[in-house]
Amino acid sequence: MAAEQKMTYETWPASPEKQTLEAKNKFLGFWFFLGGETVLFASLFATYLALKDKVPNSDMALAKDLFEIPLAFIMTMLLLTSSLTSVYAMYQMKNFNFKKMQLWLGITVLLGLGFLGLEIYEFNHYVHEFHHSFTSSAFGSAFYTLVGFHGAHVAFGLLWITTLMIRNSKRGLSLYNAPKFYVASLYWHFIDVVWVFIFTVVYLMGMVG
Amino acid sequence: MANQQPNSGNPRVDIEYRRKKSAEEMKHQVITFAMMIFLTIVAFVAAGYEGFSAWFIVPFILILAIVQVIFQLYYFMHMSHKGHEAPALFLYSGAFVGFITIIAFLTVIWW
Repeated sequence: MAAEQKMTYETWPASPEKQTLEAKNKFLGFWFFLGGETVLFASLFATYLALKDKVPNSDMALAKDLFEIPLAFIMTMLLLTSSLTSVYAMYQMKNFNFKKMQLWLGITVLLGLGFLGLEIYEFNHYVHEFHHSFTSSAFGSAFYTLVGFHGAHVAFGLLWITTLMIRNSKRGLSLYNAPKFYVASLYWHFIDVVWVFIFTVVYLMGMVG
Repeated sequence: MANQQPNSGNPRVDIEYRRKKSAEEMKHQVITFAMMIFLTIVAFVAAGYEGFSAWFIVPFILILAIVQVIFQLYYFMHMSHKGHEAPALFLYSGAFVGFITIIAFLTVIWW
């Protein structure tokens, strides 16, 4: 099927994200990229675990002094819910309902913004209340690199989804842009996959000691 | 099997069939989401509870995280659908290399 073909509800295929050659390549290439991202984040996790609580003197804050359950919990819920809303968006994409897909993507972006706002508040809190900064200790460097890299992924994902929504707002769905939306939603889920390990390894294991 | 093209010869019937299939799949996604929320709450409660030792909590919450990520990959990211052999190869290769990296970094500081 040609990418530029005008589609209707009747002609819209079951897997609109994989109809053209470009779409198939995009799908494969994106999963290859996610495999690489897994290695990247694993090495940041490895660095964090090796340098956790490595501070130059005993009055500096350790993981168990810094992290609080309620904030980590709210951030986790926001990101997890945004994962579900992007599943809803892809469901509407498969039903050829462009407006509802845009609506669910919009909700996803709002939840992601809420997450990012809380993360900024959190980092600011650590720097001002605990003097826990990027340069204060090896622990600080490893923490901000890992969690900050994830935060940067969230910020990039938000920009990506918003750009797609604006660029295609007057075009409607086609076999040309359906794979673009699909791949962006895969990226968004992957951000949540990484966060599951961050809240477990950094926050929960940090509080346990 | 939402990505299979049914073929009844009547496009109207096919659309109804596909809509029903994908509505059914969406229902499974919501159940998956509820289970992920549940696993998250269990992990947070276990970490906050004073009665358990770290030797129990750490492996326990790591297992919960792995289960939750499997849900995310196979349901939310559709790896349970057909045509995901290459994605599985890429992701598992990445996870394998990542796992070795973590083991290497951890053992280097232990011994």
